[in-house]
Amino acid sequence: MRHRSPSLLIGAAIVTTLALLATLGPIVVHTDPLAIDLQQALHGPSREHWLGCDSIGRDVLTRIVRGARLSVTVAAIVVASSLIVGSLIGGAAGLAGGRIDGFIMRLVDIVMAFPGFLLAIALAAILGPGLRDLLIALTAMGWTGYARLVRGEVLSLREREYVAAARALGASGWRLLLRHLMPSIVGPLAVRASFGISSIIVAEAALSFLGLGVPPPTPSWGNMLQAGQPFLLIAPYLTMAPGIAIGLAALGFNLLGDGLVVLNSNRQ
Amino acid sequence: MIDYLLRRLLGLIPVVLGVATLTFMLIHLVPGDPVVAMLGDSAQPADIVAMRHQLGLDQPLVTQYGAFLGGLVRGDLGESITMRAPVRRVIAERYPATLELAAAGLFVAVLIAFPLGLIAGANPGGITDASAMGVAVLGISIPHIYLGPLLMIVFSLELRSLPLTGRGGIAHLVLPAITLGFSMAAILARMLRQSLLGARHAEYMRTAIGKGLSPVAALIRHALRNALMPVITLLGLEAGALLTGSIIVETIFSWPGLGRLMITAINNRDYPLVEGCVLTFALSYVVVNLITDLAYGTVDPRVRLTSR
Repeated sequence: MRHRSPSLLIGAAIVTTLALLATLGPIVVHTDPLAIDLQQALHGPSREHWLGCDSIGRDVLTRIVRGARLSVTVAAIVVASSLIVGSLIGGAAGLAGGRIDGFIMRLVDIVMAFPGFLLAIALAAILGPGLRDLLIALTAMGWTGYARLVRGEVLSLREREYVAAARALGASGWRLLLRHLMPSIVGPLAVRASFGISSIIVAEAALSFLGLGVPPPTPSWGNMLQAGQPFLLIAPYLTMAPGIAIGLAALGFNLLGDGLVVLNSNRQ
Repeated sequence: MIDYLLRRLLGLIPVVLGVATLTFMLIHLVPGDPVVAMLGDSAQPADIVAMRHQLGLDQPLVTQYGAFLGGLVRGDLGESITMRAPVRRVIAERYPATLELAAAGLFVAVLIAFPLGLIAGANPGGITDASAMGVAVLGISIPHIYLGPLLMIVFSLELRSLPLTGRGGIAHLVLPAITLGFSMAAILARMLRQSLLGARHAEYMRTAIGKGLSPVAALIRHALRNALMPVITLLGLEAGALLTGSIIVETIFSWPGLGRLMITAINNRDYPLVEGCVLTFALSYVVVNLITDLAYGTVDPRVRLTSR
């Protein structure tokens, strides 16, 4: 029996909208996100500026749309690289077993004994603000979860008959991992990646909010929120717009993750 | 129990050493010269050399690492460059504020999570379940950096019922604690619901109801206790989020704790202080995890009897 959860549909709808906004948005809304117009400074939503203008008169909608592209791109790259690094390390540990496995997993434990966001803050602080450094900091925070997941799955799968058969036919370790084991791990990985994107979007915004992410004037939802905070009383929309954007994006990926969990359990 | 505690404490040594080493590596091995960063690009070479010497950065890495570990054992974390005071003292002054905030955040989380989880778990599939879990998904998705300003707008600026920023009495604590605890409440509520669903169909529940206990009483008296285990595990895992969340919440509410100190230290490029703050946060997380393990052993005696 197929059982579709509403979470999956709503989540997928939000995520698709966000993806469209990130890819096509800047083409449709082609005003300059950096164009300053002091006469419009702190003007609320109007017909010309749907979401109003910030403290130096830049159009908030344009900046939200550009921020979406940044946010989604960062999250996608970080989750993809965390997933690859984590799967390779976790897969290698699981396949090798014995001492190598013990050594690798102790290292993973130590990194995991460090709260992820703290690690990202420390790395971002030392590497300095900038897109590349932000990506490194966030990946350092994310890969361990994937490593543990893949290792656990590999350990449980590696005794299965079809894996033993492939091994008997002479498949190498990497071939075993990529061709025979990964397809069975895709389900749980997709769930984790969906929740992962949500947490990376929030973490990226938080780092930018703290001044450790992408530096202004490049618009990111986090630095927009931070810039809007002094104007809470006179221009609350300055914090509301990026805040709702971050919340919706996170909600979309969380719902998608929830839906994928249900989908996976139905398959099994 | 003492035996269990000792085993856990011994197991902590490699973890603490690992965390300390990772902190050291973060500051000393990551590319980029902290001295140049501290003094600026226009610094005179002589000043750079002097500063390197003062911080001990001209020593071989192994010597630096040894000095770092030695200092750590003595509780000496070096000297803050901008505050001209021992890092240990600066951190000790700020740490209580962070603990207060984290404890209040945890309290809020539990206060919201339990009713929400119980309501949802008692009546799965119903309208109360759907609305409780709706609140929970919202709670997980709304980031601190937005919830904080939102609460400020409503309660401080519009209703004028709570102070905007700073630390003082209970009133100052309310908004930061809700900001910090809300997402954790949501995560805990979901876990509690899930775990209650599993417990509902257990045989001991059938027995309890069979001997005349009302379903609600059976749920609270029997299922809840069994459902607590995964919730406690999650509590420990999420404690890291509570600690790092406090970094953001302190920045939003100008809360004079360790998190705000760390961000200020980062902006001032005060590396000894950054190192001390990172280490304190990481070690706090390790300690919280130990407490979680001990709580686990208290709730379920099997854990302390069977674990190696």
